[in-house]
Amino acid sequence: MSEPLVANIMKQSPRHMRFKKLFTSQKAAPYLFVLPFILSVLLFFLYPIISTVIMSFQRIDGPGDVTYIGFKNYQNLLNPHFLNAIWVTTKYTFWTILVLIPLPLVLAVLLNNKTTIGRNYFRSAFFMPALTSVIVAGLFFRLSFGEQETAMVNSILGVFGVEPAVWLQDADKSMFVLVLLATWRWMGVNIIYFLSGLQGISTELYESASIDGANKLEQFWHITLPSLKPVILYVTTISIYGGYSMFAESFALWGSARSPGEIGMTIVCYLYQEGFNNNNLGLGSAIGIALLVIVMVVSLVQLWASGFFKKETN
Amino acid sequence: MDSKKGNKIISFIVFLILAAFAVFCLAPFFFLIISSLRPGVEMIRNGISLTIDFSALNLNNYSLLLEGKDGIYPFWYLNSIIITVLHTTISLLLTSMVGYGLAVYDFKGKNLIFTIVLVVMMIPVEILILPLYKLAIGIKMIDTHLGVILPFVVAPTSIFFFRQYATSLPKELLDAGRIDGCGEFKIFFRIMMPLMMPAFGAMGILQAMFSWNSFVWPLIVLRSNDMLTLPIGLQSLLTPYGNNYDLLFPGAVMSVIPIIILFIFNQKAFISGLTVGGVKG
Repeated sequence: MSEPLVANIMKQSPRHMRFKKLFTSQKAAPYLFVLPFILSVLLFFLYPIISTVIMSFQRIDGPGDVTYIGFKNYQNLLNPHFLNAIWVTTKYTFWTILVLIPLPLVLAVLLNNKTTIGRNYFRSAFFMPALTSVIVAGLFFRLSFGEQETAMVNSILGVFGVEPAVWLQDADKSMFVLVLLATWRWMGVNIIYFLSGLQGISTELYESASIDGANKLEQFWHITLPSLKPVILYVTTISIYGGYSMFAESFALWGSARSPGEIGMTIVCYLYQEGFNNNNLGLGSAIGIALLVIVMVVSLVQLWASGFFKKETN
Repeated sequence: MDSKKGNKIISFIVFLILAAFAVFCLAPFFFLIISSLRPGVEMIRNGISLTIDFSALNLNNYSLLLEGKDGIYPFWYLNSIIITVLHTTISLLLTSMVGYGLAVYDFKGKNLIFTIVLVVMMIPVEILILPLYKLAIGIKMIDTHLGVILPFVVAPTSIFFFRQYATSLPKELLDAGRIDGCGEFKIFFRIMMPLMMPAFGAMGILQAMFSWNSFVWPLIVLRSNDMLTLPIGLQSLLTPYGNNYDLLFPGAVMSVIPIIILFIFNQKAFISGLTVGGVKG
């Protein structure tokens, strides 16, 4: 009885060794290192993408109850709700970029100046809001922009004789609150991007410029801005992606994906409402694909407009 | 003399500008704390107001955190801690392996894989929530902690970060390890990983922050009240039938505190984790 067992182990052990060798060989090792990513991409990225493309051509009435309806879902996208969502999202993206690039850039330049007092404390203070969850931020902004006369913003405006406003029921006013919320949470992050870009600029450039008699403003315009172009491009790109896929800020401000008169209805809010609240997976998927196309087109246009591709070919 | 005086005035103005923005950034924290010390009814009546009656402030709401809503808040806190710790640990282990593999070895398909890392980085997660939700139902991950963690644990930004860091590792150590008879994984865990510790620190803190504050995906995956994380739990207190501000404000304050403590002691790691990502790329 014991003999075959021993023989078995003897036979197995070289094979076991061989397996171990294969496992740790220089040829196989790199693939094992990247294996977690490959598995994750296949299961949680590629499969969902394919599945959402397929679903966008289907009407799904329940598990197993699926009909192919061609481009019907995409045709249905041409409805006032979706067009409104594109408009709201585009406005939001536009305003966040308009605020969240120049403002942090200027603040970063001020912080980068060695003579500025307390610059490290300021940098930390500016970054603190980025540590909060969007729900905490939403809680503060919805209640300080409350409709009561006594709510913070209304009471400040009251000092200047402005009538108390109902902030979160009006398209323009609530857009202002949304952009302010985004500014509060992301200003510090963008400041850090710009600061790291500024630290890469050689001080000799400024020294020789000031010998040539250029003042601070001219130096900013002719040295700082051009040197920061890659960073500005990067921040613009992530702002486009972040802006167009905005969802949580709106959800936090109104407490759900729905807002009065759809004033805070972004593309992803619409996707959420159709996909999860109305259980319309087909239309929801079509919204997702449309969003992907929009984001890619906008960022390609942006990169083209800023001469990104021209530089590549030179 | 005149220009020196001018410089002083300018730097004073700069200081005032920065101070004004610092107030904008920090005031909400102050008012969140003050609001957490007020009865919730007052929030409904007045919103967050500028006038503060300091004598009326008390800690009653904080004791509600343990008792209110059948003592659910501590469960949310625990869930957030479990998910953050698991997510961060697994993510650091796996993404450092992938990043290291991409940086150190030359192998067929390497460029393709790295391109895919960049592509995944560029696709907004939000477009995938519907099919991911369907998948999560299919593999029975709805309403589980694993379901929150698994889809995003191999984070491409983290891979990118570790890859950038690992390209600067001395390759001679790799050969030295091989001569000593170490397998490739032993080289990674025993020799290279200790050298990558600063990267682990930076990415660990950043991943922990993202996981702690994560909102969209947990909102979709988590269903039952005692499985929720802090952001989702707090969100669930906002209902069409009235908002439970007694619980919301102290709950929100307590949810921010751990991340702020982490930040105060690790500011450098936060910043280096953030900046390596894009700027040089």
